[in-house]
Formats: sequence, C-alpha cells, structure tokens
Amino acid sequence: MTRHEIIAQGHAELEFSLNGKTVSVTSAPAERLSKVVREKLALWGTKVGCDAGDCGACTVLIDGAPACACLTSVQQVEGASVVTIEGLASCTRAGESLKQSFLAQGAAQCGICTPGMLVSAAALLEETRKPSEQQVMDALGGVLCRCTGYRKIISAVLAAAEGVESIYVSPKIGAAVGARIARLDGVRKVDGSEIFGADATPADALLARAIRSPHHHARFTLGNIDGWIGAHPGILRVLTAADIPSVNRHGVIEPFADQPVFAIDETRFKGEAVALVVGEPAAIESLDLGTFPVTWNELTPLLTMDEAQQGMLIHKERPDNLLTSGRVVSGDVDRALASAAVVVEGEFETGFVEHAYIEPEAAWARRVGDTVEIHTSTQAPYMNRDDLVKILGLAPEQVRIVPTAVGGGFGSKLDLSLQPFVAIAAFHLDQPVRMVYSRSESIMTTTKRHPARIRARAGVTREGKLVGLDFTGDFNTGAYASFGPTVANRVPVHASGPYFVPHYRALARAIHTHVVPAGAFRGFGVPQTAIAQEQLYDELAERIGMDRLEFRILNALDASQPTVTGQILGEGVGIRACLEVLRPHWARALKDADDHNAKAAHLRRGVGIAGMWYGCGNTSLPNPSTIRAGLKPDGRIALHQGAVDIGQGSNTVITQIFADALGVPIGIIDRVSADTALTPDCGKTSASRQTFVTGKAAELAGQALKASILRLANAGEGASFTLEDGKAIIDDGVMTHRIELTGLARDGFGYVLKSEETFNPPTTPLDENGQGEPYAAYGFGAHLAEIEIDVELGKVKIRKITAAHDVGRAINPTLIEGQIEGGIAQGLGMALMEEFHPGRGENLHDYLIPTIGDMPLVETILIEDQSPVGPFGAKGVGEQALIPTAPAILNAIHHATGMRIRRVPATPDRIRAALLSAKET
Amino acid sequence: MNAYIRPTNLAEATKLRAKAGSKILCGGTDFYPALGTAQPQGTIIDLTRIAGLDGISVGPQEIRIGACTSWTKLIASPLPPAFDALKAAGREVGSIQIQNRATIGGNLCNASPAADGVPPLLALEAEVELASAEAMRRLALSDFILGNRRTALKSDEILTAIIVPQQRARGRASSTFAKLGARHYLVISIAMVAVNLVRGDDGSVADAKIAVGACSAVAQRLRALEADLLGKPVAAELGRSAEARHLADLSPIDDVRATGTYRRDAALLLVRRVIGECAKGASA
Repeated sequence: MTRHEIIAQGHAELEFSLNGKTVSVTSAPAERLSKVVREKLALWGTKVGCDAGDCGACTVLIDGAPACACLTSVQQVEGASVVTIEGLASCTRAGESLKQSFLAQGAAQCGICTPGMLVSAAALLEETRKPSEQQVMDALGGVLCRCTGYRKIISAVLAAAEGVESIYVSPKIGAAVGARIARLDGVRKVDGSEIFGADATPADALLARAIRSPHHHARFTLGNIDGWIGAHPGILRVLTAADIPSVNRHGVIEPFADQPVFAIDETRFKGEAVALVVGEPAAIESLDLGTFPVTWNELTPLLTMDEAQQGMLIHKERPDNLLTSGRVVSGDVDRALASAAVVVEGEFETGFVEHAYIEPEAAWARRVGDTVEIHTSTQAPYMNRDDLVKILGLAPEQVRIVPTAVGGGFGSKLDLSLQPFVAIAAFHLDQPVRMVYSRSESIMTTTKRHPARIRARAGVTREGKLVGLDFTGDFNTGAYASFGPTVANRVPVHASGPYFVPHYRALARAIHTHVVPAGAFRGFGVPQTAIAQEQLYDELAERIGMDRLEFRILNALDASQPTVTGQILGEGVGIRACLEVLRPHWARALKDADDHNAKAAHLRRGVGIAGMWYGCGNTSLPNPSTIRAGLKPDGRIALHQGAVDIGQGSNTVITQIFADALGVPIGIIDRVSADTALTPDCGKTSASRQTFVTGKAAELAGQALKASILRLANAGEGASFTLEDGKAIIDDGVMTHRIELTGLARDGFGYVLKSEETFNPPTTPLDENGQGEPYAAYGFGAHLAEIEIDVELGKVKIRKITAAHDVGRAINPTLIEGQIEGGIAQGLGMALMEEFHPGRGENLHDYLIPTIGDMPLVETILIEDQSPVGPFGAKGVGEQALIPTAPAILNAIHHATGMRIRRVPATPDRIRAALLSAKET
Repeated sequence: MNAYIRPTNLAEATKLRAKAGSKILCGGTDFYPALGTAQPQGTIIDLTRIAGLDGISVGPQEIRIGACTSWTKLIASPLPPAFDALKAAGREVGSIQIQNRATIGGNLCNASPAADGVPPLLALEAEVELASAEAMRRLALSDFILGNRRTALKSDEILTAIIVPQQRARGRASSTFAKLGARHYLVISIAMVAVNLVRGDDGSVADAKIAVGACSAVAQRLRALEADLLGKPVAAELGRSAEARHLADLSPIDDVRATGTYRRDAALLLVRRVIGECAKGASA
C-alpha cells in the first residue's frame, strides 16, 4: 500500500488549496476540518455552533459546494479546494458584493452565523445569478440565525444578486440620530475577522472540561483524584470545590446568590458541575470523562412545580421550595369582577425555552501579574467581575473581564457559566486556560426561559371597558435563583398589558425544582404573561361582540391614566398610536382571510392581534450607566462605551447618540469598547436598557464634553466648534478661536479634555401592594399576525407579521427593524416549536428554532412617542419586540379555527388534539 | 491500533474490513455527530476514494446507485419519474450542506427510523448490495434494515450499492414523497410517506407501492392498502381509499417531536394526500 492508502491515526501531512493558496498541514486525518482550519491554520472566521451539522455556522466551500466543515475529515479535503469566509471575496464571484450588501442592509447582527450565511449565499450566486426568494431560502436553509429573523439576510442576498450598489449612510454633523448607518463594528462581522469567545485563543492555553452530574438529583463522592491524574499523562490538575480560593457561590442578584461553582456532596440538576479537569489540549480531547473517579447516588428529583411544592426542600432555607414571590394589587378586583358584564378565565402553560444562540459559551483566562484576566463572551462584564472577585478572593482591580464579541446572548450570557472555571484554573496553574461548551453542555447547563403556569380572570363592562384582571402565575425557576426574583417582580407589574385596568391583582411565584436554572430570557416572564392576558382579552372582545382591535384601542392606556402600579407616565405612552396605525392592515388582513376561507378546504387563514408594554431598565432598582469621553490632542474623540454589544447594536447606537450630543461626525470618534479595565460600568446588556440608560449617559457625556470644549474659548451654549488635526476651532458667533490642542495639558488617559457622566433612571420602590414607579419609561407595541393553518395536520404557517412599536425615538431604524424581526422569530419559535425537555434533546435537531423557511414577511411601523427621560426621547426595543408575537399568533389560530391553544408551543400534535377535542364538545 | 485508511479499490476496503473493529466513514454527516466531543477510536475506513462506489448507472435490467453517491448527485441525475419520490426525499435531507456530503448508502446503514431515503426506496422495492472479502450478496432493503439503528450488515461487510429493478421504473410509473416536520429545513420527520403508482392502459392502478417512515422502528410498506388500490381508477380521489386499518401495523412512539397518536393520524392524512397527488401525476 502506498502512503496515501494507509495513514496512521497519529498525524499525517496533507495538502489542499485553502482560499486559493496551497497549504500543508499536519493533522490527525480524522480531525474535523473546522477544527483544523481554526486551530491549526488560524482562520477563525469559520464558526462552530454544534459539531453536528445542525446549525451550518461552519459552512465552507469544498470544491465549490457548501459543506459543514465540522462533518468533514481533513483527510477528505486532501487535494481539494476549500474556501472559507476569509477567502470568499477573492475566490467567489459574488463574495465581496454579498459582504457589502450584508453590511449595508443590516443583515449581520451578532455576526456568529454571518460567515456560514455568506458562504452559502456565495455558492448560490455562483450557480444562480438571479435567484428567487425561494431559491435564497433553499440555499440558506441550512444555516441557523438566532438574531436577525432572516428577513434582512434574504434582502441582502437578493440585492447583491440584483447588483444593487451598497450605499452607506454618512450623516451630517448633528444628524446621526435617526440615520440608518451601518453598524460600526460591522466590517469585521462580514469579513470573518470578528473575535468571539472561542476564537484566537493563545496557542499555549491549556484546555478544561467539566465533570457533570448525569442525574437530575444526586449525591456524590469523589474518589482518588491524584491517582487518576497520575494515570492520565497530560492531565495537570483537577479542580473541585476544595480549590475555590474564597467563596464557592455566585448569583446575579446578590441577596439570592446560591449557585456553587462546583457542587459539594449533592447536585441539584442534570449537568451540574462537580469538578474541572485541566490539561494539555490533546490529552483533554482524547480523555474519556467516564473514567473520572466519582460515585453517584441517584436521588428522586422534583421535576415539576407540583412535585416541588410537596417534596423535600431543595434549599433548606426556602420553605415550600418558594424562591420568592411578587405582587401588584390595585382597586378591588373581586368586587369589580363580580359586577362585570362578562368575565372570562383560563389556565395557560408555557414550555422551557432555550436561548439557542449559535455561539456556545466560551472563555479563556490568564494571570497577568497579580490580576486574572478573563476573555469571554458575556452580557455583563461588571457583574461577572464582581462575582469572580468574591470567588477568587481578590480585589476588584485584580479581576479584569475583557468581553469578546458575543455570538448571541438573549439573557443567558448574563449569568456566570464557565468563567469561574477558567479563572480559577488560570489562577492556580499560572498558565492560560481555555474552555468552550459543547452544544449539549450549553443546552444542559445554562439558564432557560421559565416555564409558566398561569391562571387568570378578566372582566369587562357591556360597553367593552376592562374592569379588572385577577392573575396568578407560577414560574419554574429550577435549581438555583438566577433571575427568578426578577421574573417574579416583573410579571405582576406587566400582567395587565398596555391597557387601563382599574382593578387588578397579580401574584407571581418562582418555585425551585431539580432542573437547570431558569433565568433571564428576553422579556423576563412577560412573554409568558402576554400569552395568557392577550388571549383572555381577545375572548372578552368576542364575548361582547366587539372587534378585537377596536377593543384594545378602547382600553389602551392613556398617558394621563395610572398604570397598575399607580404610576402616571404623563408622556411617552404610544400604545394607542401603535394600535390605531394597524387599522388599515387589520381590515385588509381580515378581508384576505375571509376571501380565502370562503373557498378553503383544509388550509384556513386567521388574523390575530396582541399588544405589549415593557418597562426599560431594572424594576425599581438602581441601574446606572457611566460613559467616559475624552478629547485627544490630535483632535479625535475617545468614547469609552461599556455597554456590551451582543448584536443588538449598542456600539453603533450609543455612538450615534454621543456624536449628536457632542456635535461631531461619527468618523472622528474612536470607540473603546466594554472592558472592565478600560470602560466605566455601563451595567448589563439586558432589560432593554442600553439605548435608554447608557444612551442617556452618552448624551450627557457628549453635552458635557461639548461644554468643556466651548469653555476653551470661554464660549457659551450658542457657540459651535469643529475639530481638526490637533485643533479645536470655536465660533462664538462673534469671532473664531483656534485652540492648539497639542499645547494643552493631558490627563492620565492622555486626553486634553474629559467628561464622565452617569445616568440612573429615576424610579421609586414598590410598596407591599406593588405600588410605585418601577420604570422611568415603557416601550409599547402591537403585532398583527396573519397565519394559515392546515386544520387536518395542525400545522401552522405564519404568512405575515405587521409590527408597530413605539420606540420613543428611532436612533437607528435599520437596527430597530433588526431587533423587531429577530424578536418575531423568537416569538414565533416560542409559539410554535420551541420546548426543552430536561434530560432529553440537548442538541439543535431535537430543540428546534425557526429556520429561514419559517420566517414570515415582516412589516415594521415605528411610532415615536418620545420618552421625556430617554436620550433624544428614545426607549428600548430589544425585549419589546418579542412579547406580542406569540399571543398574536395564538389569537390568529383561534380566529382561523375557533379553538384556543392554552399550552405552548402549539406543536402540530397539540393543535390537532385541541381541534379534535373542540369538535367533540 | 487507531488508523485512518482511505483505500482506492473495493478489494482493499473489504480486506481491511475483515479485521476486527473497523468503522466506515463516507459523507461524515452521521459519523461525526455520533462522536460528540469524543475522538474516533479504532480503524476508520474512508470509502470516498473507491472508484465505482460513487455514481448512478442505468442498465437494461436495473438501476444502480453507488452507496457513496451524495444526495445532491442523485437529485441532479436524470432518472425516470419512479425516482421522483427519492429525489424529493433527498431535497429534504437536512440542508444543502448535508445533501452535498451525505450518501444514500450512509442513510441506509445509519438505520434511523426517520431516515428520509428509506420509504422511497422501499416503495421502489430496492435491494442493497453487500460486499465482503469473501463474497457479494444482495438483500431486499426490507430485509436489510432490522430495527432502530440495526441492520443486517455484517462486521466484515461494506454496503456498495442500492439497486432498483428496471421493471419498477419503466412504464407509467409515478412517485411522490411528503415529509411532515415541525419546521422548514433541517428537520427530522414526524412522519413521511412515499408512494409509487403505475397506471395501467385502462387508467386504473396496475401497481402501487406505499411506504411510511418515522412511524415505526423501521419504515414500513402498507401492503394491504397497496392491494386495495389495484384496479381502482387513477384519480385524485384515489387517496380516499386509505383507511386507518391500513396503518394498523405501524407502531408510532411518543417523542420530543410528536405523540404517537398524532403520528398515526398524521400518517393516514399524509398517505391519503400523497396517493392523491401521485395519482394526479400519474394521470397527467
């Protein structure tokens, strides 16, 4: 046999063409091509999301055909031509124009799926010059995206195919706010150079893997670890609870912090870590973790809330396994409902929803002098730092979090996951240590959306005025607290929906079980709540014979009416406008559905509507952001912007706000992005707060810096200035002053002038009845869903969503549309297909998220009812975008079939079962 | 010893296969997901360089699909309408990325109850060709797949081809496939149905083959229904002949995708619809 025929499974040297150049690489022949391209050839643009062909992030071209690099042995490309994102522009006809088009159209958000999308699209345009929308969807159907809702990706591919020139908006000074500028960090997202948590890790980093509980609930005993290490060359260290330098506990809400880094004696959910194995990468990768010396004693788990309320205590200090509860009460709901003309009630249930970002958790850490530096994909660098300081027993300045790009977060990358592991390992070993979660680890062990069980009653007058809502929601918060308290607090505040409800009682409880912790997920319990409330209101409208949209308009909260917490917002209440703008769409959609149904057989159409409100920022708790800005001697501006951009666009939006507040072109601003050593605390990227809170801090910092610059010439507010090479030119209306910046004194940052401003939204605490001012601003919106349902198979197709959102002020309409389209995709998934079953289906082929083929047309209508508090009047939209989608779809299903779905996801089997039982009754 | 071997002819491959503990690698689309985070152990025989295993040949007696033929290649091949169902199934295998690498042979050897290729191939009464160093043998596909992830492939054998008799492909044969999943693209079936119909000169059903997948450990033919269809007019109403009793032998399970009850109902609906569509195609 020749050399080519038999290759020892040691290492083979093989050659192939990579992006047009011949490369030679030494590798185990069965190694996945994705791993070789990334780790051996340092082309990190090919992303790994699942290692199973389920996500398409690793798509490359092999001899021109798209393939998952994670499913291809490197040996199989010997002699072949491989093209990755890095070579797409030079090796394919349309690669460059696709990249430009993605950037110009806002088709990349977090950017983790972008290489796979672009490579797949380039292959399509190689063969099909002018593809149809259907052909684009067929070509991109194998790449999952969790951010964009796919619509802008489709538009970008079609535009590139049509040869539409990509035009970048370059706003004049003072006109950045409102401009559709391309995201400022976008180039590196479309050329594959963006560095995410698993990318560009140090070559000498050790690798870590966790030992995890195979049971939902168990006691365990560790065996002879030293002996096991001795028997496994290349394994350098095993870390357990005994190796935690200080406190073996973390949690996003300090008073409730309860989650150990490593469990001691008992594990409380399947996948909980008990130890970390650290060693040489080759040794770790070939390790059989099943040989690790640990003895498990499986115990009976409490998996449901019913079991938990009668079972053993999961945390002995929490009676009834109740983590916490929240309540908001106003008026006298019992009396109001007793005298209402019509009362409806229902019980609703929602499933466990997984965030399913395409980037699994990843981090690497190293010691630098007496500090530990953690490079990681995170939504909350300062919160992470503060917890790690406690775990490591170090001073705050000795722990530095350097956020990488984040390949999707949606709430689950707020909590610590693997950061303590790599930090403790690097601390002890004084060597860089890296770790990336497998897809199954990510799904098994990181937080989810709370499954909810809701009972509610609502009543109206004969004229259709809401008189009261009585609401009880139980939320399965899993084994540890995470953001359970936030859900318990937010839900009662929001359960009324964006309507005036004079008599109200809403109670929410977070209940522990032996499942993976539920935490923050886009909306903190409010999406579940809206599924119940908006369906009940729909039913009320029908019972009194009122049009469902007009019913909502009639009851829409007015700026002068109190919310259920007694807050009178006064300004910035755009719900009525959102609903009214949908009137023509509603009429058109109803007519379309009626026309279709008149001649339909098994495919029936339906139209649904749902409203939404959502408070921006933390609930009655301080959540300040601080922005620092500086004028450099060369006349450029430094903007220390610590709001982590997880794809939503804070890098861009905050800069737009700052530029207009200061009065400079965006091009002279050098961003210093989130890093606990370089940027002040901008809080977490969560609660739809970054545009609102950090944006306001940026506005204040811009104004302050402007005042300082004008003061250089003793000029007042009416004066203007421009910055040139090393000079500030100030025009006070009388004369022009030219100030040489190089001659001015510099501060510790090297700035000649500096501003640092903090904004903390004004709120008040809630009293024992939940009365107070929990938020300084609310976002409002309404979605109109048009669906088609196969009434035999129970399968639903969403045809179109028309989304109206009051965003206060649209800082960047393209990015807002992206948030809305992406929110709709997640709402659609929650409504129709997404449910995680603990212990089963820890992968992206059993846990389904919408693909490009599931996404409907989206028409976005932006309402700008300005917040008196927000920057330039802006409010948040990140979570708002998702909340009304699912109830609008469920209301449309009812319209089409006359049947209510009270358990989501509304999978085909559930819908058919409901249709059959509706027929019987 | 761990080894990765990429033989260039079948004789070498079968000789290597005779040694204990080897694994076959071809398209990799099932091989790598099954590994998870583990490293492959033992001897890997990579079939992708063996001449003759990749490609389709149409002979006078039979149509031969090399086991290493990718779905993409199959879809692009000119084949008689009797293969339309198989091509349609191919277009629903995972994604284009998967179809470009995954092979028909691998789909059969992986023996998933939801393997997209199995119902259309059962409806074509396909056979598989198995080679060892000692011998070649053929088995009906229905005798090859024995259960969930279980086949009749012996540890020294390699699946080399899928063979469809020309008599199944000639004449006025038409075929249709439908897959039901909870989303578009990248989806594992809740249920799927393949139907092959042959229209006789008098316009009635001269032959019918119907197979249902993802509703039992191995996809099944509905022989009683096939018999009942014979002689009936080939028309859109033909699907109404299917009744629940025809699906009595299916044993659908509850899993994360659907309940067993739903699967049984959905399978019947799909069978009716796919027969109807296929009949429309056949009478056109």
